[in-house]
Amino acid sequence: MTPPQRQRRHPSPELVEPVPKPEGEGGGKRPPERLYVVAGPDGERADLDLVTLIVARADPPPSATPEQTAMLRLTTAPLSVAELSAYLNLPFSVVTVLITEMLTAGLVQARAPIVRQALPDRSLLEAVMHGLQRL
Amino acid sequence: MDFKGSDTIPGPRTEDHLPHTAQAAVKIVIVGGFGVGKTTMVGSVSEIRPLTTEETMTQAGIGVDDNFGSDTKTATTVAMDFGRISITDQLVLYLFGTPGQERFWFLWNGLFEGALGAVVLVDTRRLEVSFDVIGRLEERGVPFVVAVNSFPDGPRYPVEDLRSALDLAPDIPIVECDARRRASSRDVLMTLMRFLHSLAMTGALT
Repeated sequence: MTPPQRQRRHPSPELVEPVPKPEGEGGGKRPPERLYVVAGPDGERADLDLVTLIVARADPPPSATPEQTAMLRLTTAPLSVAELSAYLNLPFSVVTVLITEMLTAGLVQARAPIVRQALPDRSLLEAVMHGLQRL
Repeated sequence: MDFKGSDTIPGPRTEDHLPHTAQAAVKIVIVGGFGVGKTTMVGSVSEIRPLTTEETMTQAGIGVDDNFGSDTKTATTVAMDFGRISITDQLVLYLFGTPGQERFWFLWNGLFEGALGAVVLVDTRRLEVSFDVIGRLEERGVPFVVAVNSFPDGPRYPVEDLRSALDLAPDIPIVECDARRRASSRDVLMTLMRFLHSLAMTGALT
C-alpha cells in the first residue's frame, strides 16, 4: 500500500518571526517582543505569553475586584497565564487584560518565558533533557 | 461577564503548586489533526491533570477593526489542552496540544514563535491531515519532529516510506509512539530535545 504524498515547503521570509538574538552577559533577561494591541478602550495589553509565570506581590486590597481577588489567591505560588485561564475559566485574551491591569497596579509580578533563540542555549536544552529523563 | 464569586474558583491542588523558585517556563507544541492523540500524549507525561485554555474567535480576536457583518453571536470558542512538567526548581516545561488549523494559532499570542519546537503527531490512517501543518511549520521555520501514534488498525509503513510520503528532510527524526504510554511520550519529547540540541551544535537553527 502506498501512502499519500506531500510536497515539502520552505521557510517563508514573511512568516518566519524574527527570532530574538541572545544578549551578551546574563542573557536571561530579554526585552518584550511586542505589545499585543486590542481594539477597544482598554488600550494595550502587556506582552504575555501562555507560559509567562504570574506571582502575587500583595494581598488583595480592599478595592480589589472579585476577579483580582481570585487571581491573587491563585498566584500565591507561581502560575502560568495558561493555567490562570483554565482555573478562572476565562478566555486567554480576557486573562491577559486582567493581568495587564494588575501588573500596572503592582499587584502581581510576571516572569517572562524563555523563548526559542537564534543561538539556542545548549545548557537550557540539556537541562530539559535531564528533567525528562527523570520522568 | 458572568464571573462567579472567588470562593467558587477552583485552583491547583496543593501538590500541583510550583515552587516559589520557579523563574521561567519553556513550551513545546504538540500539533496534529483531530483525534490523533494530542491530548492523550499531553496527559500521559504531564504532572498535572491536563487543563484547557480557551479562546473566543471574535472580531477583536481576528484583528478586524470594522463592524462589517458584525454579529458577535457567531463567536467560536477554540480550546487547547495543556500539561506541565517541572524540570528543575527554577524551570518548568509546558506542553500544548493544538489543532492543526492555522487559523486557530494566532489566538494564543506567540504559541509557536516562542516554542522550543514542535511534535507533529500523525495517524497513518489519515496521513494527509498532517500535510498542511507540516508545511506551515516549515514555512515558519519552527523545528519539529514527527511522531507516528500507532493505532492497531492503522497501516504500518516503513520509516523511509513515511519520510518519502511526508517529504521530510533527511535530518528530521520520525519516531513511532504509543501516546497513551508515559515512557513512549517521554521518548518522543526526548527525540525532539536531542534534535534541537543537534541543531544548536551545528548552528543550524535560525
